[in-house]
Amino acid sequence: MDSSPQAVAHHHAPPQGFIRKYLFSVDHKVIGKQYYGLALLAVCIGMVLSWLMRIHLGWATAHIPLLEKLSPAGAPGNVMTPEYYLSLMTMHATLMVFFVLTTAPFAGFGNYFLPIQVGADDMAFPRMNMMSFWVTFAAFVVLILSFFIGDGPALAGWTSYAPLSSVGAVAGPGQGTGQTLWALSIAIFCVGQLLGSLNFITTTLDLRTRGMSLARMPLSTWAWFVTSVIGLLAFAVLLPACGLLVLDRVAGTSFFNPAGLVVNDQALPHSGGSPLLWQHLFWFFGHPEVYIAILPGFGIISTILPVFARKRLLGSRAVIGCMVAIGFLSYMVWGHHMFVSGMNPFSALLFSVPTLIITIPATIVVLLWLGTLYGARMRLSTPALFCVGFISVFITGGLSGFFLAQPSLDTYLHATYFVVAHFHFVMAVAAMFGIFAGTYFWFPKMFGRMMNETLGKWHFWLTFVGVYSIFMPMHYLGLAGNVRRYAAFTDNYLAPLIPVHKFITIAALFTGAAQLLFLYNVIWSRFRGPKATDNPWEATTLEWSTSSPPPSDNFGGRHLVVHHGPEEYGVESSSGDYVMQVSPEKVAAS
Amino acid sequence: MASTTSAPPPGMERDLGPTGEGGGGFQHGRPAPVSTFPAAVRPSQTGIWVALAAISMMFAALTSAMVIRQGAARDWGHFELPGILYFNTLILLLSSFSLEMARLPFAQDPDLGREESRGNGRRPAQVLYWLYATMGLGLIFVFGQLAAWRELAAQGLFLATTPSSSFFYVLTAVHGVHLLGGITGLAYVLHRMSRSTGSRPRTALGVASVYWHFMDGLWVYLILLMMTRMNVA
Repeated sequence: MDSSPQAVAHHHAPPQGFIRKYLFSVDHKVIGKQYYGLALLAVCIGMVLSWLMRIHLGWATAHIPLLEKLSPAGAPGNVMTPEYYLSLMTMHATLMVFFVLTTAPFAGFGNYFLPIQVGADDMAFPRMNMMSFWVTFAAFVVLILSFFIGDGPALAGWTSYAPLSSVGAVAGPGQGTGQTLWALSIAIFCVGQLLGSLNFITTTLDLRTRGMSLARMPLSTWAWFVTSVIGLLAFAVLLPACGLLVLDRVAGTSFFNPAGLVVNDQALPHSGGSPLLWQHLFWFFGHPEVYIAILPGFGIISTILPVFARKRLLGSRAVIGCMVAIGFLSYMVWGHHMFVSGMNPFSALLFSVPTLIITIPATIVVLLWLGTLYGARMRLSTPALFCVGFISVFITGGLSGFFLAQPSLDTYLHATYFVVAHFHFVMAVAAMFGIFAGTYFWFPKMFGRMMNETLGKWHFWLTFVGVYSIFMPMHYLGLAGNVRRYAAFTDNYLAPLIPVHKFITIAALFTGAAQLLFLYNVIWSRFRGPKATDNPWEATTLEWSTSSPPPSDNFGGRHLVVHHGPEEYGVESSSGDYVMQVSPEKVAAS
Repeated sequence: MASTTSAPPPGMERDLGPTGEGGGGFQHGRPAPVSTFPAAVRPSQTGIWVALAAISMMFAALTSAMVIRQGAARDWGHFELPGILYFNTLILLLSSFSLEMARLPFAQDPDLGREESRGNGRRPAQVLYWLYATMGLGLIFVFGQLAAWRELAAQGLFLATTPSSSFFYVLTAVHGVHLLGGITGLAYVLHRMSRSTGSRPRTALGVASVYWHFMDGLWVYLILLMMTRMNVA
């Protein structure tokens, strides 16, 4: 790849024509927006799926209009079958984990802002970057296809445990074409993420501008960098795992299919494959994936919080160290998802200890955020609210993690709504709050216009109250023994809990409706929002040293020289109480 | 607390290059390097190692899957590895040797094919011949692997016959696909060298050869793994 100045200048002549400019663009900013747009589309579909599930959980006989049109077999008479409920659940989780929580904070914001924050004019391998988006898009199309062809979408959950996922159509609706498409989609997704991670790592290592030492990189860049290292190694394991799953399904191999299996009164010809092998391979990816979803949030919060607290982040070096430690430890804890899988109980202990150890760096980061907030005269704009909200939901979700990390407690709580509450708070909602904080913060840079503050604050408070209303009661459901993945609780011992489910459903619909405020705000502000200045938040990092939105080569042919770390807030300077990273102004350490 | 005239703390100005005179942090009109590092370091030289890390991880996953699967049931099914695999191994080792022969002129003449030496279009014929030889050996290896598949199929050992044969086909196929990628890389280097002007293939050749030698070493690992785990004693 050429990177001599002349070659770069030539390479970055602004592209002409719609296709080169917006569709097959090699500009990391366009690719970042494409990823973000894909995530927005996926989150809308995923949210609608969750509404359908929630309505069914509260009112099992409710007729949901038009559902029969989507799937005549899955919802005869507009009432969904238990199998179709599981399909919707699988698709909800797959869309959310892969195409939202991985795509938006990591691939979306990371693509847009990592090169700018290190002062590069593009990613190290722009064409590979373009390929990574379109490969990811292809994975999305393949996944969505399963709604419309064959026997419907897969129903084995986003974890796709074998042998349900590996035996084929005999296992019921969705386990034919749907499950094959799922495995193919995830394999394709892995390729896209591997290409993306390769780009992130190389760009961070090689394309930093003058003076941008590793220690001066913004924490968001650090987070994307650590995340891409995790992703590089995690997706490299999921890819062959999905390959083996596809072979089990279409080529008759026995990697995961055990011997003597009888499914739906049919004896299957497989020899002694290991269903546990799939769980090990999946969770070796799956647990690091949780950190792929949340670490960019860590970085976004750590970057945004000081901007609105108008003071340095407490112990920013420690935050970097903690993120690296989390990345390292994330590879030693996968077995805590398998405490009740029939693993040797001693290995449960082996996985429990590092699981408790990994809470230490996470706790340190949270305490450093709280310490930063302490005594700060906050500017409570919408991004700041979402930062504080992130900390709140992350603590709430993290606390239930301590319970689940104990094998003895997990034996009871496993596969109950307690787990659903835990991971939605700590991973899903927290990461979403990170995405919202990032959106409100960077929107002016990405589109050159400010978002509406009033709508933003309404959006925050409604969402904040909403997510607690949805997920807090689930802890009690779980403690009461309410198992997850059941389509309805009408005729069993769980019937007395249905009123709680009805409350959660109403809260989910309410919170979902509140997201329309966000969608409206994004679309309205994109075209009608007040023009943004270059640095509306008075922040220090490099993206605020260029125009809003940045030119196609990011800095208009200038080569930036970095003089400061990203944390120069609460100082006295000619520009106010902050010093930008590119400012040659000398300030004493405060 | 802080003032604009106070001296920076030690280390504050470390690793700063020339900053220009009061240029507001920007350098105008000067061809400043884009990278923090010396111009000799190219992203592809870093990227290739990152890619190899991912590939290593993938084969580590397949290896551990194989070990676990072998211990999971008593249906492993050892078989005799086709003899042509040892011939293929020799061919691949030879290809690494021929690739180094192609690089020899680059090692002897530090200016040859360098990115900075514009218009340095010299391309010793020796380089081309050895590169063609390397690609040829690579293709012979791939066809040799296909021959090994046919030999096994003739014995009735297919992808789904036994767990051992499943892993044999998977490991050789994934390695073969990656080796084809290496051949494509060498073809790209040749394409660069055959351009009449501004050909600067030193980096591309270096990167392609790192990948090629890695695929070579990976195959040695795989054949040893299969000899110990699949071959009948």
